[in-house]
Amino acid sequence: MDFEAVWVSMQLAWWTTVTLFVLGLPLAYWLAVTRWRLKFLIEAIVVLPMILPPTVLGFYILIAVGPLSPLGQTYEAMVGRSLAFSFQGLWLASVLYSLPFAVRPFTTAFAGVDRHLVEASWCLGVSRLRTFLRVAFPLSWAGILTGVILSFAHTLGEFGVVLMVGGNIPGVTRTVSISIYDEVQAVNYSKAAMTSLVLLAFSFLALSVTHLVNRKTL
Amino acid sequence: MWNRLKKICVAFPTLAAFAFADCAHLARAAEQGTVRVASAADLRFTMDEIVEAFRRERPAVDVLVTYGSSGNFYAQLSNRAPFDIFFSADVDYPRRLIRQGLALADSEFLYAVGRLVIWVPRNSPIEVEKLGMQALRSPSVRRIAIANPRHAPYGRAAEAAMKSLGVFDQVKDQLVLGDSVMQAAQFVDSGGAEIGIISHSLALAPALWDKGRFWEVPIDAYPRQEQGGVILSWAKERPAADALRYFVLSEGGKAILRRHGFRFQGE
Repeated sequence: MDFEAVWVSMQLAWWTTVTLFVLGLPLAYWLAVTRWRLKFLIEAIVVLPMILPPTVLGFYILIAVGPLSPLGQTYEAMVGRSLAFSFQGLWLASVLYSLPFAVRPFTTAFAGVDRHLVEASWCLGVSRLRTFLRVAFPLSWAGILTGVILSFAHTLGEFGVVLMVGGNIPGVTRTVSISIYDEVQAVNYSKAAMTSLVLLAFSFLALSVTHLVNRKTL
Repeated sequence: MWNRLKKICVAFPTLAAFAFADCAHLARAAEQGTVRVASAADLRFTMDEIVEAFRRERPAVDVLVTYGSSGNFYAQLSNRAPFDIFFSADVDYPRRLIRQGLALADSEFLYAVGRLVIWVPRNSPIEVEKLGMQALRSPSVRRIAIANPRHAPYGRAAEAAMKSLGVFDQVKDQLVLGDSVMQAAQFVDSGGAEIGIISHSLALAPALWDKGRFWEVPIDAYPRQEQGGVILSWAKERPAADALRYFVLSEGGKAILRRHGFRFQGE
């Protein structure tokens, strides 16, 4: 088994999940409570990575982080390294790629919270942030946990996008799924089989936990 | 519920701190005398052996190799992919990088001449040794694996050989394209294709040599596969990359290349 690749994937999945937790929660909460007319456009953008071919997303990210784009140039000027084919570039790609897998369950969970409770809290003079932390968040923890697990698992299994923007660099951008592809190409089937088995077991475990958590709250 | 939330609030930043510490560790490791090599797929097993021998000579230098098709690397390097040295399966891609100012003009080197073989699994009914190029037209052949000619030099060589030996038009609908010459070999090994045109180096590779039989395509049936390399202008470890280049060009490196079926300029 390729432990180095497992480690890279774990780190990537971890950072992606943390980022999605921090950015996704406010976005999901806003989507759940807002009555803005054009909300559906934001919702469409959020789920876009779910149906967009990974190659399309990968292609756009490759262009966006490349040395010719404003983003790539700014990053290189600030950090002194190129964003393309780096762990950070992959991280950015994964956040976009797994966005719906975090924000969708978050939004559904928040939408399931009785609005009266939230409004009652507001009327009692509790600030919006505190209402979120003490009312909405505890009532939707199962959905939030689902989003966290799904975005972690989804990032772990990411292939097409990583293939396009990662560059298969051992220890930096060679993730588990790329490692499996690489080992199959090297006709090293036993190593590929081991890593595949680990991914299969992990995905099954993650989904079992999500379903268990969601059953308990019903 | 509040307790659970508090636990999450504590657990997340703690784990984040751990993960960050490891990230920093990874970044440091990448900066300690590591040569990052982009290597053409036909060198898959050859380069492994070269790196092993090189490490015995220079234990302080770490070598990280990524394999792929040369054209794919060319596209990645045009976007400044973080490699120090590039071993291409042709010399055209390295020269293009030099022309674009992405590689050092004085760093270009020719390290081998590649050869092409027609490869079938060991237990295949096709008598490839006797039939030569006509083996592609055997009745049991449904799929023929080659590397993608659009970005793999060995794919282009395979196409040129099929054209010059007059079978291309008859077989072109049966071609399946691998991402690199290594994937073309894997297609045949896994049974997806009955026959493939791959590099001599892969046919002789430890992972494949006892799994198949081959016929060597006459070297004048396709453009000479001059394999060249280059050091990228952003190479962090210039001396280490230079050392690897010299090692490949040295007698020791050449002996390994020769054992893996490569020839050399002027032979």
